[in-house]
Amino acid sequence: MISVGLFNYWACMVLMMIGLYTAIARPNLVKKLIGLSIFQVSVFLLYITVGKVSGGTAPILGEGIEAYSNPLPHVLILTAIVVGIATLSLGLALVVRIGEAYDTIEEDEIIERDIVND
Amino acid sequence: MTEILDIALLSFMIVLAIAVSRMQNLFMAAMMTGIFSFLSAIVFTLLDAVDVAFTEAAVGAGVSTVLLLGTLSLTTREEKIVKKNNALALLVVLITGSALIYGTLDMPNYGDPNAPVHQHVADRYIEKSGEEMGIPNIVTSVLASYRGYDTLGEVTVIFTAGIGVILLLGHIWRKEDEQ
Repeated sequence: MISVGLFNYWACMVLMMIGLYTAIARPNLVKKLIGLSIFQVSVFLLYITVGKVSGGTAPILGEGIEAYSNPLPHVLILTAIVVGIATLSLGLALVVRIGEAYDTIEEDEIIERDIVND
Repeated sequence: MTEILDIALLSFMIVLAIAVSRMQNLFMAAMMTGIFSFLSAIVFTLLDAVDVAFTEAAVGAGVSTVLLLGTLSLTTREEKIVKKNNALALLVVLITGSALIYGTLDMPNYGDPNAPVHQHVADRYIEKSGEEMGIPNIVTSVLASYRGYDTLGEVTVIFTAGIGVILLLGHIWRKEDEQ
């Protein structure tokens, strides 16, 4: 029997680090947003891991069930997923607009063009 | 068994995330992000969060992949090749990550029923929501009834985001109408 222990939290943190690095270091704007969604998924996993109870079932009431996992983190994360898609869509719309105005979606080229225009 | 699956799927997610981060082809990166979301949906199912799992599968893997592909069709498919790694960013990320991992050492173990999060209001919802709301799914009764105003606020957020997208991209459709 393998024990998970704290592995889930560490996996969340590693995913968070990958997402954060992608969002900071990659110059491509679409790649930055992909990094942001990896970051978000890591936060979702962290919350859902906290809500898990060993031997529990999904929080749907039924006969003869002893233990349920905690439903409250699930509610929080449901809201967070939907808000996440709203921010992603707005971010992508901004990327499309930037692409039209500058003819590129690479951050360093956009900054260069700004300097030339000034 | 679920423990092995949990560890295997999370490891696979980490590998996929690194692959997505390093990939030059944005079309492939978008598809891999979809796979990443599906994997996270499976992990949510293992962790008993079935409602979160199907929302993630529909919204995270479905809608966000479509949005990413739509953006790529309006901009570009290839990322510019970046040779050097950004050392400063790596340093910041490593410091943040190690501080957070240090923080997890005090967290309760996976599935611990005595964890602080299970000691407060959750039991009340599990015991009473069935008779108060008359629906068996506790997540639904909290989301739609006890915290209904939060869900209304969420709808406001989506509405605002929708208006923002229309304002930013509306001229594309207008241009098509004129042609």
